[in-house]
Amino acid sequence: MTFFEAIEDALRQAMEKDPRIIILGEDVHTIHLNLFIKFGDKRIRSTPISESAFVGAAVGAAMAGLRPVADIMIADFIPVAMDAIVNHAAKNKAFSGGKWNVPLVIRTACGGGYGDAGQHEQSLWGWMAHIPGICAVVPSNPADAGGLILSALECEDPVIFFEHKLLSEPWLGYMGTGGRDSVKFDVPIDGASGKVPNEWEPIPLGKACVKRKGTDMTMISLGVGVHRCLEAAAALENEGIHAGIIDLRSVSPLDKDTILKEVAASGNMLVVDEDYKHYGLSGELAAIVLEEGISFKYERVCTTQTIPYSRKREDEILPNTERILTAAKKILQ
Amino acid sequence: MIPDLWKLYRQMLKSRIFEEKVIELWEKGSIFGEMHTGLGEEAIVAGTIDHLQEGDAMALDHRGTPPLVMRGVDMSVLLHEFLGNNEGICRGYGGHMHLFSREYITASSGIVGASGPLGSGFALALQHLHPGKLAFAFFGEGALNQGMLLESFNLASAWKLPVLFVCKDNSLAITTDSISVTGGDIPDRIKGFGIPVFEVDGLDVEDVWQAGFESVKYIREGNGPYFIHARCVHLEGHFLGDPLLSITRDTIGQVKQRSGPLLKSVMAGKGASFSEKLKGMKTISVLAAKAAKQSRKSNDPLEVTRKNLSGEVSRLLKLEAEVRTEIQDKINEVLP
Repeated sequence: MTFFEAIEDALRQAMEKDPRIIILGEDVHTIHLNLFIKFGDKRIRSTPISESAFVGAAVGAAMAGLRPVADIMIADFIPVAMDAIVNHAAKNKAFSGGKWNVPLVIRTACGGGYGDAGQHEQSLWGWMAHIPGICAVVPSNPADAGGLILSALECEDPVIFFEHKLLSEPWLGYMGTGGRDSVKFDVPIDGASGKVPNEWEPIPLGKACVKRKGTDMTMISLGVGVHRCLEAAAALENEGIHAGIIDLRSVSPLDKDTILKEVAASGNMLVVDEDYKHYGLSGELAAIVLEEGISFKYERVCTTQTIPYSRKREDEILPNTERILTAAKKILQ
Repeated sequence: MIPDLWKLYRQMLKSRIFEEKVIELWEKGSIFGEMHTGLGEEAIVAGTIDHLQEGDAMALDHRGTPPLVMRGVDMSVLLHEFLGNNEGICRGYGGHMHLFSREYITASSGIVGASGPLGSGFALALQHLHPGKLAFAFFGEGALNQGMLLESFNLASAWKLPVLFVCKDNSLAITTDSISVTGGDIPDRIKGFGIPVFEVDGLDVEDVWQAGFESVKYIREGNGPYFIHARCVHLEGHFLGDPLLSITRDTIGQVKQRSGPLLKSVMAGKGASFSEKLKGMKTISVLAAKAAKQSRKSNDPLEVTRKNLSGEVSRLLKLEAEVRTEIQDKINEVLP
């Protein structure tokens, strides 16, 4: 099953069981065609191009008894709805003394690697996870994506669910290929499709997955970055270097225990994060391990600038296997 | 006043042929990512910016190519940009959705509605620094439900900012029927902000030009903003590879790809009632038909204008040959 189909299928399963789940967002009748036909236009509700209104309304609807899934087409449009997310979805539970929660899921396509530039290709999960009260989930494969969306739907707090476009066939089709055979992108095959369970079971939020055991260093990543790490780790293995890989799966909540355990064992941390380098996830990971008094060597491969349109320049600035290998070797010097 | 229809047609044709070349290069894979063209919007752009003077500003949306071509920006730097080259107008960093020309006080954005606040800001600077100049802000009717745009209507009206808001209304917000997500009447809504409105047929460049003439005069005299509401079509859909258009253009492929899961959605037990499911199917087919209808030749503003000039065939053919040569020269310059 493909990455996108897995999420749609898990959503279908959940929507069949729970009539309170509705999907709202721009163009959802086209994007979620099968769900639209199955559940009709009352539960799959296409909105005007009004992110601040429909995300804000989803906050209210969640507070008043629905379980809304608000589609913000791409993560770069999150800033248009920022007030609803940061000042309301994130705050209302705390302000009500914990008495009134906001069970809202925001689905959003994210990430680059297909030539759409920095207003359509950002990741932004670190920015979201920065806000107390917001969960940020970033799956790297179909089985995780389906299991995690179920947990997001069951979560009593707002969850932002990031779906990388290189993993998501229809999104890459929309924004990258546009029906052409003449363009190819570096799609991680094991992330874009894979085996899924017959019946979806929730995968708990905040539980990382150790993708690969390794004694020499611990690579920590998420989304497409996990696949870039797997490629780099295989290359390092040929040189006798054993790199372990943690797929975080969610940025908030964060699986601190797994991170501490693996980094303490290897003594080296290499973070691969497609989100921006400064003031974000990569620095946070170093901080939480340092706070526990564990010493380690550290490198990070992140995005440091506005993502350029030119494919060549874009490939250079996004985390890629070559950059990971360089950082890995530096850490072991 | 009467427009120079020959001049306007030349502008429209230049933009059209240039964008057709861009489409070819995109199809070949030389241009990456999404591609939103202005095919079908040319009469609106030509009819309004014919009133532009040096020192005026433009705030553009994700269809920035036609206004820049008609403004006189060198097509080779645009082409270089789309190819991601260092010689591009933004050195290959922006691409077709993020075109910037400081020289022409022109900026664009891929965020729907963003040209409203930007255009108002340009207008604020012009009001202070260069009275009599104005900003043109282009957007689609889908943007009319975006908060930032509505807020900028209020700001421009309250501060009497010299900005011309140009709404290119093709009645489809990406693939959503705009009427189904828009409350009230658009001109009434704009008038509610205290902004006067011209309603024009955006396929008729003369009609647009007249509205542009009147509104620009009004704005230059310091009376505040104006709004032109122009009907138009998108001959190539929202973007190249538009999912609605592909239903009608590649019916067999789409049926192969979609029918299995769709059938399951209709037949499998749970969900909405059967009649509601059929209603859903109808919604999609009506939308696809609408997109297909927009792409018909009879809705092409260039065809409409060309017909009006067809009395002087030889002059027309000469003009068309000149434009083609001009663009081919530019292409050859960039792609030797």
